[in-house]
Amino acid sequence: MLSFISRRLAIAVPTLLVVIAGSFFLMRAAPGGPFDADAQLEPEVIENLRAAYDLDKPVMEQFLLYMARLLRGDFGPSITYTDYTVTELLAIGLPVSVKLGLTATAVALLFGCLMGIFAALYRNRWIDYVTMSIAMTGFAVPAFVVAPVLTLVFGLYLKLLPISGWNDGALQNMVLPVIALALPQIAILSRLTRGSMLEVMRQNYIRTARAKGLPEYKVVAGHALKAVSLPLVSYLGPAIAGIMTGSVIIEQIFGLPGMGRYFIQGALSRDYPLVMGTVVVYATAIILLNLLADVIYGYLDPRVRRE
Amino acid sequence: MGFLTQRRDRQLAAMQAAGRTVGRSLWQDALRRFRSNKAAMGSVFVLAFISLMAIFAPMLSPHTLEDFYWEYILVPPTLENGHWFGTDANGRDMFVRTFYGARVSLTIGVMTTAVALLIGVTWGSVAGYFGGRIDNIMMRIVDVLYALPLLFFIIILVTVFGRNIYLVFIGIGAVEWLTMSRIVRGQTLSVKQKEYVEAARAIGLSNLVIVRRHVVPNIIGPVIVFVTLLIPTTILVESYLSFLGLGVQEPMTSWGTLISQGAASIDTGPWLLVIPGTFLAITLFCFNFIGDGLRDALDPEGR
Repeated sequence: MLSFISRRLAIAVPTLLVVIAGSFFLMRAAPGGPFDADAQLEPEVIENLRAAYDLDKPVMEQFLLYMARLLRGDFGPSITYTDYTVTELLAIGLPVSVKLGLTATAVALLFGCLMGIFAALYRNRWIDYVTMSIAMTGFAVPAFVVAPVLTLVFGLYLKLLPISGWNDGALQNMVLPVIALALPQIAILSRLTRGSMLEVMRQNYIRTARAKGLPEYKVVAGHALKAVSLPLVSYLGPAIAGIMTGSVIIEQIFGLPGMGRYFIQGALSRDYPLVMGTVVVYATAIILLNLLADVIYGYLDPRVRRE
Repeated sequence: MGFLTQRRDRQLAAMQAAGRTVGRSLWQDALRRFRSNKAAMGSVFVLAFISLMAIFAPMLSPHTLEDFYWEYILVPPTLENGHWFGTDANGRDMFVRTFYGARVSLTIGVMTTAVALLIGVTWGSVAGYFGGRIDNIMMRIVDVLYALPLLFFIIILVTVFGRNIYLVFIGIGAVEWLTMSRIVRGQTLSVKQKEYVEAARAIGLSNLVIVRRHVVPNIIGPVIVFVTLLIPTTILVESYLSFLGLGVQEPMTSWGTLISQGAASIDTGPWLLVIPGTFLAITLFCFNFIGDGLRDALDPEGR
């Protein structure tokens, strides 16, 4: 198991380097720069500004300087938020996105699995049809349509929940963003679980468990669930990536002060250090969580450890 | 026995005389199964209707994409004043805008899928056919790319290089080919080891002929299924970008752009969100049903 984890880690580090180098050179390769909008500034002032952010040096040297600082945990100063370092901005944004993302993941896993299991157990009954309709809707109606409709119904018509804002993560502010973020994942997870559950319930060992007289809930909980969880764990990686990219749009719609907002604003205003900072954090999170999913998979299915 | 063979021969002769084919090929079988799938066939007709409307509605309507009707600002859908889908906050006709958006969204869906198909099939078949070290290196690259937050790359790409529609094609296509290459590689690997490929090699056919006659026809089924599922994915990614204001730019419009504008005025004109949102959802539904139908039709034992 330990060698399995270390092998995966050995791939994770170069992957992260590829992400950092890729986004760094991609941004520097583009025409224009962060001070294009400041047309009223004197050329000398712009030169000084560029020098202050190391933008006057050759690109390769900039990259090495950036990497050296990154290794010390310093993301550099933000260009648009002149009074903040990127680290400070990330410290504001990250907790918001993490709380939102984790809650949405938990909600998606809980509801997705439960709905899938019950749909499979009561196949072709009303509970199956309801679940599969929700799954189809969740797939076909994207989050950026669901979210405004939710705010319209629950915020403006029924006046039950606030339509935007974070309010330090108060429960009533979390409800709508979490639903909008979790719904597409619930759709996929419930379909996956249902398919996997139908497959597993046909297996011989399930028949054996029934034959020795176990009650149905013990057959499901004790024998079926472990096998059902395998395809779910292998979907965890894409699910996490989906929730992170979804979070960018949900934060925008509900006006939440998370990482996604800084990423979009940074990209639009060419705030290189801010974009790099957010990309590094997103990439690290995705790679680490993928690694975690791999480890869980290896734990559940010993065959993959010996590849 | 002789009697049975005679009867069979006579039947064969009769069928051939009547101009009917005796055996059914895989494709005819698949087509028959697909036709009997009501959800998939219905989806084909709905998609065809939306595509025809996307082509002809903007041509035939008396309104254009950029006609501003100052006397009709934010008019709800109605049959009375000629604005069947209502008008937006600038008094522009939503009927024309919705189907013009359909044009752009569907085109982007098909074009980016074509880009992804081209890269994915080439990459996957080369890796699968040559195998060994080449396969190993090529698939490790796919593994590394798989673990990257690629949508963030597209966002950086379109923000720094300007919001060019072709860049959106290439950006999304360059990201979505990964799964395709994995599918193609797996299929190629398994087909390569079949006896008929060995036989073809034994009678001295060239690599190119083997790939064209034996490999491609046998891997094409899963590829077609994946393509029908990739088109809605790319449409969604484009809508996502346009929603963030990074995709298609005014005066052009796509469903994502329309939904974004609709979401901004949801309290004053809910139809601005609901109409393009519904069309987007119906389209995604249809592609999904067709994809499922094709999978069942081409691979009856896969269920």
